[in-house]
Amino acid sequence: MKLNLKIWRQKNANDKGQMVTYPIDGIDGDMSFLEMLDILNEELIIKGEDPVAFDHDCREGICGMCSLFINGEAHGPDRAVTTCQLHMRKFKDGETIFIEPWRAKAFPVIKDLIVDRSAFDRVMSAGGFVSVNTSGNTIDANSIPIPKHDADKAFEAATCIGCGACVASCKNSSAMLFVSAKVSQLALLPQGKVEAKDRVLNMVKMMDEEGFGNCTNTGACAVECPKEISLDNIARMNREYFGAMISAE
Amino acid sequence: MNTFDSKIPAGPIEKKWSTYKNNIRLVNPANKRNIDVIVVGTGLAGGAASAALAELGYNVKAFCFQDSPRRAHSIAAQGGINAAKNYQGDGDSIFRLFYDTIKGGDYRAREGNVYRLAEVSVNIIDQCVAQGVPFAREYGGLLDNRSFGGAQVSRTFYAKGQTGQQLLLGAYSAMSRQIGKGKIKMYKRHEMLDLVVIDGKARGIIARNLVTGKLERFSAHAVVVGSGGYGNVFFLSTNAMGSNVTAAWKIHKKGAYFANPCYTQIHPTCIPVSGEHQAKLTLMSESLRNDGRIWVPRKAEDSLAIREGKLKATDLKEEDRDYFLERRYPAFGNLVPRDVASRAAKERCDAGFGVNATGEAVYLDFASACERYGNEKVLASNISGATKEEILALGREVVKSKYGNLFQMYYKITDNDPYTTPMMIYPAVHYTMGGIWVDYNLMTTITGCYAIGEANFSEHGANRLGASALMQGLADGYFVLPYTIADYLADDIRTGKIPTDLQEFVDAENDVKGRIDQLMNIKGTKTVDYFHKRLGKVVWNKIGMSRDEEGLKWAITEIQNIRKEFYEDVRIPGIVEEYNPEIDKANRVADFLELGELMAIDALNRTESCGGHFREESQTEEGEAKRNDKDFAYVAAWEYTGNVSEPKLNKEELVFENIKLVERNYK
Ligand SMILES: Cc1cc2nc3c(=O)[nH]c(=O)nc-3n(C[C@H](O)[C@H](O)[C@H](O)COP(=O)(O)OP(=O)(O)OC[C@H]3O[C@@H](n4cnc5c(N)ncnc54)[C@H](O)[C@@H]3O)c2cc1C
Ligand code: SF4
Ligand code: FES
Repeated sequence: MKLNLKIWRQKNANDKGQMVTYPIDGIDGDMSFLEMLDILNEELIIKGEDPVAFDHDCREGICGMCSLFINGEAHGPDRAVTTCQLHMRKFKDGETIFIEPWRAKAFPVIKDLIVDRSAFDRVMSAGGFVSVNTSGNTIDANSIPIPKHDADKAFEAATCIGCGACVASCKNSSAMLFVSAKVSQLALLPQGKVEAKDRVLNMVKMMDEEGFGNCTNTGACAVECPKEISLDNIARMNREYFGAMISAE
Repeated sequence: MNTFDSKIPAGPIEKKWSTYKNNIRLVNPANKRNIDVIVVGTGLAGGAASAALAELGYNVKAFCFQDSPRRAHSIAAQGGINAAKNYQGDGDSIFRLFYDTIKGGDYRAREGNVYRLAEVSVNIIDQCVAQGVPFAREYGGLLDNRSFGGAQVSRTFYAKGQTGQQLLLGAYSAMSRQIGKGKIKMYKRHEMLDLVVIDGKARGIIARNLVTGKLERFSAHAVVVGSGGYGNVFFLSTNAMGSNVTAAWKIHKKGAYFANPCYTQIHPTCIPVSGEHQAKLTLMSESLRNDGRIWVPRKAEDSLAIREGKLKATDLKEEDRDYFLERRYPAFGNLVPRDVASRAAKERCDAGFGVNATGEAVYLDFASACERYGNEKVLASNISGATKEEILALGREVVKSKYGNLFQMYYKITDNDPYTTPMMIYPAVHYTMGGIWVDYNLMTTITGCYAIGEANFSEHGANRLGASALMQGLADGYFVLPYTIADYLADDIRTGKIPTDLQEFVDAENDVKGRIDQLMNIKGTKTVDYFHKRLGKVVWNKIGMSRDEEGLKWAITEIQNIRKEFYEDVRIPGIVEEYNPEIDKANRVADFLELGELMAIDALNRTESCGGHFREESQTEEGEAKRNDKDFAYVAAWEYTGNVSEPKLNKEELVFENIKLVERNYK
C-alpha cells in the first residue's frame, strides 16, 4: 500500500518542531508499524536526510520503550497492543497517518518522537519497592501462603510496562494509572503491606512534584493502556491514600 | 592480567562454595563507602548486582542504553525460572538440577560453577517472593511449578508468560530503592564503548551519552560487565533490537578471553520469517511444547500444495501427518531439548516437507490438547451428550487459560487464529552460551573486570536448558558476585577515588573518538542495516543450526569481505554530538563483524558436534550429534592478538569428578 505520513520533527529539546509530510510506498499488511518506519528511515538515509528518531527495543510489547501517538491515539488504533505490535493491516491503502510523540509536561521531547520518561523512574525510587535486602537470608518462599486470587490480582497490576501511554492519553497528563498499578501490586501482597502507607504517600508526593496532573476520572488512560491495566487500581490507590492520610494525622 | 586458571576451590562438590565463601576476604562497611563499582547493564544480572552491591555499601555506577533500567532485554523472558526447591516432592534436588544442567549442556560446562548455581537457585525464589514478585500460585496459596524444556521434574517457577518481566521489575525496584538513597547512580541512555585499564587493572569505562552524543569518562575500582548475549550477530533473532556485543567485545580486545563463541542456541518455537522487511523474530514460549504437537505433512506433495495455498493444515488426515519428534524420540517426544528439536525441524524443511509460503515452517498443533482437556472437563463437570465441537470449545478455554497471552501475540503478528488452525513455527536464534571467559570468581582474564549473566560463558556448556538463564543471571548478580568481588576489592580500601584525567582515560577516549570519526567520514552509499543483514545471512546459513568445514571457511572470507566493504561504503547521517542512533548501530555492527569471524574460527576448530554446535562431519549413522570427549572436553578461550583474524586459542580442560560422561540420548 501507499501511505501519506505526517510526522512530528523536532531537532532537540529547544527546537520548536513541526509536522513534516513523507509519502511512502510498498508497505504490506504483514509489516509492523515500526518496520514501516524502518523502511522510511532507510530511504531518508540514502537520500541524505535525517532519519526519524523513535524509541523501541524489544518489539514484542513488553519492554515499554516504544511510544507514538498515532492518529490521535497512544499506540495507535488497535486495542491492547503497543506500537511495536501494531501491524499495517490495520490501515488502508492511501490513508494519511499522523505520528506524534507523547505530549505531557512531565515528558519533555528529546528528539522527534522520543520523550524523556525519567519522571516515572523517580516516582518508582520514591517508594515502588519492598525494603528487603538481597542477602539471600530471607524466609522460605512458601512460608507465607498467598490466596491465588490476590496473587493473580497483584500480577495483573504488575504487568504495567511503564510506557506512559496513560499519561499521554489523559487530558490532564495524570500518571494515576501507572502509579496505582505499582501501589496496588504491593498493597495486595503480604510482603508489601508493611510499608503500604509510606509507599502510597511518597509515591503520590513525587508524582505531584514531577508535574503530572490530577485525575478527573475520565478513564481515557485505561482505554489506551496496552496492558489493559484496570481502573480498579486507581480506586484501590485512592483508598490506600486516604487511609494513609487519616492514620498519618 | 588475571591468570587463566578456573580457580575452582578444592574439596567435595557440595562443600566448595560454602567453604570458599567462609574463607574469602571481606571489606568492612566503613571501607565500602570508599569503593566505587561500575556495572554495565541493568538486566537480571546487572540489575541484581547493582542492587546487591549498593545494599552492601559500595558506590555503584550503573549503565544501560535504554531510557530506563527496567527495559533491559531480560524483560522479554517468558517461560520461567528454575530452582531446586522440590516443592512438588517429585524427586528434585540440588544434585539433580546440577546433573541436568551438565548433561543438558552436553558436558561442556564446569562442574564447580554449575553446582554452585544449583545450590543458590533455592535462595533466588525466596528473595524474589520477598521483593513482591507475583509468581503463579495454586489455590492453596503456595507457589505453582511447571515442567519446562524437557525436564522430568517440575522445578520451573513462573508468572504466566511474563516471568522475565516480573523478575526484572523485582530487580529494578531493588535498584530504585538504592537510586533513591543515592547509592546507585544510574546512567541511562549511555553506551559503554571502551574499558580503561590502568597498571593492568580495570579502572573505568568510556561511554557515549546517547542524548548529547558526547563521550564521558567514568572511573571505579572494579568494572562489571552484564551486557547480555550476542544473538543479534544473526541480525534476525529473538533478542531486543539494541542487544549487542560491544561491551563484551571491547573488554575482549583489551585482554579478556572470549570463550566458546560458536555455542549459540537456536530455539525451536519462534514465529517464522515472513519477509525481507522483517526486523526481528518473536519467540513462542517453550511451554507450548507441553501441550502442542509438532508435525509436517508425510508426503512432500502435500507440503507443496500447502506452500502454494491449495491445501490447509486442517485438511490433512491423521495418517498423512508426520509427528517427527514423537517418531524419532519416542521417550521425550515433543519435549526433547531445544537443539535436538530445532535440528529435527530444519531436517524436515530441508528435505522439502516444510510449510508456510517459504517452506521454512512446521506446525505446532493444539487440536489434541483441546480435545483432551475438553474431555477432562466433560468428565469433571458431568456433562452428558456433548458434541465434538462442544468438547473442543471447552478444551480451548483450558488452553486459553494457560497460554492466552501467547496465543494473542501470535494472532496479532500473523493474523491467524491458533485455536482453530495449527500455529506455524520455525527455529530462531535465542541465546548465546559462549561469552567472556570467567573464573570461579566471575573475574575475566583482566584483573578487576568481571562478567556476569549471558555476557559470560559459564554455566550452560554447549546448550542451555530452558528457564536456566534467568536463574544464572540472578544467581550471579545477587548471590555470587557480591561475595567474590569483595575478595578483590579488599586490596583497594586505601586506593581512594580514581581520577579521570589520567593519561589512560585520555587515550581511551581518543581511541573511541577516532573510531567514531572514522565511521562518520566514510560517507558511503549503504546503510548500517544493509551490512548487518548481510552479515546475519552468512552467520545464519553457515554458523547456524549445522556447520561444516567448507561452509565455515567460506564464511570467514565472506565476513572479511563484508567488513572491508563496511569500512569503505557505510553511510551514517547527521553529526556526532547529537542524538544519533545510526552511530550507535554502526558501533555495534562494527563489533559484530569481528565477532562473526571469531564464531566461525571457533566452530571450525571444534570438529566434534556438541549441544548447539552441530558439525556435519561428526554425526552418528542416525544423524544425531556425535561428541568427541577425548579431544574436545575443553573450553576454547580465545585471546585477541591485535589481529582479529588470528586469535590465539587457550584451552581450559574440563574435569568431571562427579558426573560420568555419557552420550546424550533422548530416544
Ligand atoms: C524472547 C526470550 C525469552 C526468554 N525466555 C527465557 C525464559 O523463559 N527463561 C530463562 O531462563 N531465560 C529466558 N531467556 C534468556 C534470558 O532472558 C536472558 O539470557 C537473560 O535475561 C539475560 O540477562 P542479562 O542480565 O545477562 O542481560 P540483558 O537482560 O540482555 O541486559 C543487558 C543490559 O546491558 C545493557 N547494555 C548492553 N550493552 C551495553 C553497553 N555497551 N553499554 C551500556 N549498557 C549496555 C543493556 O542496556 C541492558 O541493561 C529468554 C530470552 C529471550 C530473547
Ligand atoms: S498503566 Fe498502562 S499505559 Fe500506563 S504505563 Fe502502565 S502499561 Fe503503560
Ligand atoms: S519496543 Fe518494547 S514494548 Fe514496544
